[in-house]
Formats: sequence, structure tokens, C-alpha cells
Amino acid sequence: MTAEGNPALATTNEESWHGIVLRTLRRNEVRLVPYVPDRVLTPLIAGLHADPYFSTFATAREEEAVGILSGAWMGGARGAMLMQTSGFATLANVLASLVVPCQIPLVMFVSERGTLGEFNYGQSLVCRTMRPVLDSLAMEHHTMTRLDELEFTVDRSIKQAVATQAPVALILSPLLTGGKVFEK
Amino acid sequence: MSAPMTNAPVRNTKVMNRFDLTSRLVAKLEHEEAVVGGIGNTNFDLWATGQRPQNFYMLGSMGLAFPIALGVALAQPKRRVVALEGDGSLLMQLGCLTTIATLAPDNLVMIVMDNGIYQITGSQPTPARHADIVAIAIGCGIARSSWAADEEDFERLVDQAFESAGPTLIAARIDDKPGVGATRRDPVQIRERFMQGLGVRQPL
Repeated sequence: MTAEGNPALATTNEESWHGIVLRTLRRNEVRLVPYVPDRVLTPLIAGLHADPYFSTFATAREEEAVGILSGAWMGGARGAMLMQTSGFATLANVLASLVVPCQIPLVMFVSERGTLGEFNYGQSLVCRTMRPVLDSLAMEHHTMTRLDELEFTVDRSIKQAVATQAPVALILSPLLTGGKVFEK
Repeated sequence: MSAPMTNAPVRNTKVMNRFDLTSRLVAKLEHEEAVVGGIGNTNFDLWATGQRPQNFYMLGSMGLAFPIALGVALAQPKRRVVALEGDGSLLMQLGCLTTIATLAPDNLVMIVMDNGIYQITGSQPTPARHADIVAIAIGCGIARSSWAADEEDFERLVDQAFESAGPTLIAARIDDKPGVGATRRDPVQIRERFMQGLGVRQPL
């Protein structure tokens, strides 16, 4: 892939999307970051691992990360989780039976697969379930497409989640990250 | 209840009772230890032992007692955190044992109440009738995993877990009796009271 095809790899003086996310997490004292990895999230995950401020680790399932962050919140620690679209699709039960009824301010970053150049039909189908599930639980969600709006959206969303004790999904669009493109 | 056990590996373990073991555990809690009860009978029996502010009772999200307890343990490394889980529930989220083994929190104690059945839905046998929960936990990297041979052994294992560092898993074979209490399903109050019990929040 060339840099022109992928804004995440573009060499400019602008801060990268993952640098902005990492900095904004730190500013909001979000230290605990479990994840189920995704190709697009790789630079963010690497940045979190490289920074001793954060406690970041892989979980076997996205649901498990939701449980960990719910327990951590109740114990007084802030966190956020990273996953891809198909991982979000495994979460309807835990959102409806733990996060929403217990008023847990769960912060979810979802790397959006399945749109804007998807090459895997399964991914494009599962993507269509994401926003209806979020909407059915009346959960706040934002699709982040622009670098210049990213810090504002992430920062305000974390603050709102904590203040209102309500979860939020921050969807990282391919327009922001470059997404994952088909390569032979 | 005997059918699912006959095919299990030979264990010199007595068939005990969930409420009795939960009562024995709770009687040992002297340092405001957090306790997370899994869905259904594990939290019903925890409820029936008395509603400590440091108890969290799950509503749904079957299989997440250990991950929730792990989160509490990571947030409050100085507090012991105990999770009570059923064998059927643990089967929903076996992968969490690998995460716990990797993070190896010093203060997490996991207790598995193993009756080999989904008691609450009509006592159907679980698919794990040939499985050994302790062998699975050891295989996942949780070296300090043991079957409790009887009630006294269970108490000894709990004492040991509280006295030493590292994640511990204790499995107990239990009978097919239902839980003896019924948790009041008020998730906001349960969560708020738990946070107050952990010193994170003050009452309004």
C-alpha cells in the first residue's frame, strides 16, 4: 500500500490519528486499555504498549474486556477498549445486561471494517448490525472521519461518558484511519 | 446428578453444597474483600449469606464473573477480590483464564462451583462432563489451581489463597441444589453500593 492510499501512513506534519487518541486517553486518565487486535489498530496498540502510563493487554474475547473494564470502573479505574466491527457484534448481551443497566461509562473504540472498500462480504454484513444495535440500546456513538475533529470528539465523549455514567462507542472510520485494503 | 459425574476423571473430592461453601468463605472475610457472584445460583447463595457492601451480584452477562473480578483486582491491587462462578458459566468464557494467567494479579481468588449441570434451567448436563476444570486452569497457566477435597480442605485452600500472592483457582464439586436466596435485581443500587463498599464513592 502506498502512503497516498492510506491517510494513516501519510507523511505530513499533522499528528497521526493514533497519536491523538493516545494523548487524549492520557489526558482523561484512561489507563487500562484491553483490546482484541485489528490491523488498523496496530499503531495505536503499539503506542499504548510503548507508553508505561498505560496498562494494555489482549483479551480472548471482546466481552471479556467489557467485564474487566466494568470491574475496573467499579474499583475506581478508568479504561477504554479497542476492537473491530465484528468484535462489537459479539457484545449485544453484555451491553444490555451489564453495561447499560449498571450505568457503566464504557468507552469503546471500534475500528470500522465492512465499508468504504471492504473486500470481505462477511465483514460488510456484520458492519450493518453495529449501528442498529447501538441505536436499539439508545447508546451514544460517533463515527470519526476527520483528523481535525478527532481530539474534540474523543475528549468530550470520555468526559460525557463519565459524567452521565453512560457508555459510548467511538467508531474509527476508514476515512480517518485509511482502513484495511485488499492486497494480494 | 450422578450421571454427569460418572464420566468425569477420578477425583477424591466430596460432593459439597454451594450455600455451605459460600457461607464458609464469607465467614473468613475480615478485610473488606470484594466478592463477585456470577449469574444465577452463585450470586443467589452469596446474597443469602448477607448483603455485604463489597459484594457485586451479576444480572446477566453469563461467564463474566472472573473478568469483572479481574477488573476490580487491577483497579485495587491492595484488596483481595474473590469471584464465585459456576462451571457452566465458566465454559462461556474459558479464554479469560488465559488473560488472568498472563496478567497474574496477586489479589484474585477464583472459585468454581462445579455440579456439571445447568441447575437453574432444568439441570441439563453441561457439555463439560469429560472435562476437568482444574486441569483446564493449570493448562491455561494458573498454576495455583486445586480441587477442594472436602469442606475443611476448601477452607484451607481459601486461607492459603488469602495468605499468599498470585491468582488462585479453587474448584469444588457441588450437589444439584438450587440457590437458597433470591437477589433483588436492582442493578443501579447493586453497582452503587458496591462502589461505596470499595471506597470509590460516598453515599449522596
